[in-house]
Amino acid sequence: MKIHEYQAKQILNKHGVPTPQGEVADNPSKALEVTQKIGPKTVLKAQVHAGGRGKGGGIKLAGNPQEAEQIAKEMIGMTLVTPQTGPEGKKVRRILVEEALDIDKELYIGIVIDRAKEAPVVMASSQGGVEIEKVAAETPESIFKEYINPATGFLPFQARNLAFKLALEGDTFKQAVKFIMGLYKTFEATDASLAEINPLLVTKQGNVLALDAKMNFDDNALPRHPDIKEMRDLDEEEPLEVEASKFNLNYIKLDGNVGCMVNGAGLAMATMDIIMHSGGMPANFLDVGGGVSEEAVKNAFKILVSDKDVKAALINIFGGIVRCDLVAKGIVKAAKELKTNVPMVVRLEGTNVEEGKKILEESGLSFHSAGSMKEAAEKVVPLAQQ
Amino acid sequence: MSIIIDEKTRVVVQGITGGEGTFHTQRMQEYGTAVVAGVTPGKGGTSHLGVPVFNSVADAVEKEGANASAIFVPAFFAADAVMESAAAGIKCIVCITEGIPTFDMIQVKSFLKDKDCCMIGPNTPGIISPGKCKIGIMPGHIHTPGSIGIISRSGTLTYEAVDQVTQLGYGQSTAIGIGGDPIVGLKFIELLKLFKEDKDTEGVILIGEIGGTAEEEAAEYIKAEFTKPVVSFIAGQTAPPGRRMGHAGAIIAGGKGTAKEKMEALEVAGVFVAKSPAEIGQKVKESLS
Repeated sequence: MKIHEYQAKQILNKHGVPTPQGEVADNPSKALEVTQKIGPKTVLKAQVHAGGRGKGGGIKLAGNPQEAEQIAKEMIGMTLVTPQTGPEGKKVRRILVEEALDIDKELYIGIVIDRAKEAPVVMASSQGGVEIEKVAAETPESIFKEYINPATGFLPFQARNLAFKLALEGDTFKQAVKFIMGLYKTFEATDASLAEINPLLVTKQGNVLALDAKMNFDDNALPRHPDIKEMRDLDEEEPLEVEASKFNLNYIKLDGNVGCMVNGAGLAMATMDIIMHSGGMPANFLDVGGGVSEEAVKNAFKILVSDKDVKAALINIFGGIVRCDLVAKGIVKAAKELKTNVPMVVRLEGTNVEEGKKILEESGLSFHSAGSMKEAAEKVVPLAQQ
Repeated sequence: MSIIIDEKTRVVVQGITGGEGTFHTQRMQEYGTAVVAGVTPGKGGTSHLGVPVFNSVADAVEKEGANASAIFVPAFFAADAVMESAAAGIKCIVCITEGIPTFDMIQVKSFLKDKDCCMIGPNTPGIISPGKCKIGIMPGHIHTPGSIGIISRSGTLTYEAVDQVTQLGYGQSTAIGIGGDPIVGLKFIELLKLFKEDKDTEGVILIGEIGGTAEEEAAEYIKAEFTKPVVSFIAGQTAPPGRRMGHAGAIIAGGKGTAKEKMEALEVAGVFVAKSPAEIGQKVKESLS
């Protein structure tokens, strides 16, 4: 799960990790009020789930409270287009108003789970403020790493190693060590999957703070963090995806026009791939779960046909233990209830497959039946192009 | 032959009295798996589906000689269940449970380091040596005993592959789902090593997907040391970056973990890479001829 910068900073503050003073505002007068408290000079930052905000005009400096109010008027409600939002952009619903600080250095600190090493890794670089992927590709030697031993946790000497490599000294060094330790503590305590401070700011006065903050969380662990779960912002998500998540369906909207509904994530991806190999493009990823219940089929069907981009759909169920007659009943019931005229190609495999096919044929609805994945894909692509 | 499990495997089911545990224990029994015990803390001394239920895995090992476990306990208790199995001396731990937090798995893997056992999963359909033993939730009837080993990060896509090779007349020595999570127990390389030593396995199918670098690591191993033919399919060629495709581990992050990179690495290693999932069976035929 993703959260906004201001929410990440609230979490960091709770764990004693310093950030610039600031408050979130969803209207210009609130922005003015915050500026009067912490100004006169402030930075206004659009709060959307996308990076590269500065490039799209989503981060602006205000010299005085009036200027801040004016910027807030323009920014709140605007559609922000950044390299990460796609051309349609994202609507800005709130901004973070922060004190403007005197920048001496911009560094980088990030924590992720290293899948190959099966441990969290804390990364530091003196090249902050730019995309870390770019730094990793061009000068990998300028990224320093410390892996965490699960038995001991992150150790102070590891934080010192990183701070030394960032060439910090004196009180700034001490603050950085404390910062890095605090950031890791936050990462672990919240079951995060990513904590990225880019840039990590060293002010002219030698203080260390998180100028930006990005945190993602392990969805599997959210039930044990109700406070973080509450930070989910449905406005930032595709409406159909929000709807699907209510039914515990894994659904992702894509750009093509061939809808698909599949049981199992791997088979769902493979079905998307075979649609592409047959000359079409998938309109979505939709995994109804390895087990497939009649209820899941019905809900998935609803999501599928409410996407206006879907011109034809492929239902691919490799049941195995699941009974195909039950799946077929679910499909027929949903199709009758929803009165859709989207052409459907159905490929069923598993227990009672013949009974399942019979139910589809005798339903009076125009299902196209397919024996294999390949046949199904080759049938559905022309239907979508008609 | 087969790897890891065979007709001598004695299975204890953790969470046997739950809904999923009950349903799949029955399917395993029907398949002929020797389910010798169940564990549900607090229900020790009772019996369920004709097998004795114990309070702990250690009791099941002591009283019934269990040497493998199947875990069907809820996500937040699953890590504890795996470690209990390992501490009790179980040699093969199959964790079916989906939704275990990553930090729990990191702890589990650290705990397992000095134990003489292997873990399969989590978030896996399990492992099957056709005709001998099935530990998991896969449909037994689509499998046939034979000479193809299968290692996969997916569930239903594995069934698809199994079905294709069975249709072409090839059976499977052992088929293993390694799980769809970012951190899992046995991975491609460990299993390839076992298949290399298994004299009845003639070729291997490796089914990967986007996310992580497990396929690239496997490709390096195959290139350097693996002598049997390998066929591979990577799911997610059309997956968008930055999105988690159903499996917790299936995500292209920071431009890394794409299907393209994996397919290229495998091709360089001499693997028969199927571009379309419909070609898996055909590629197996090609690789063995």
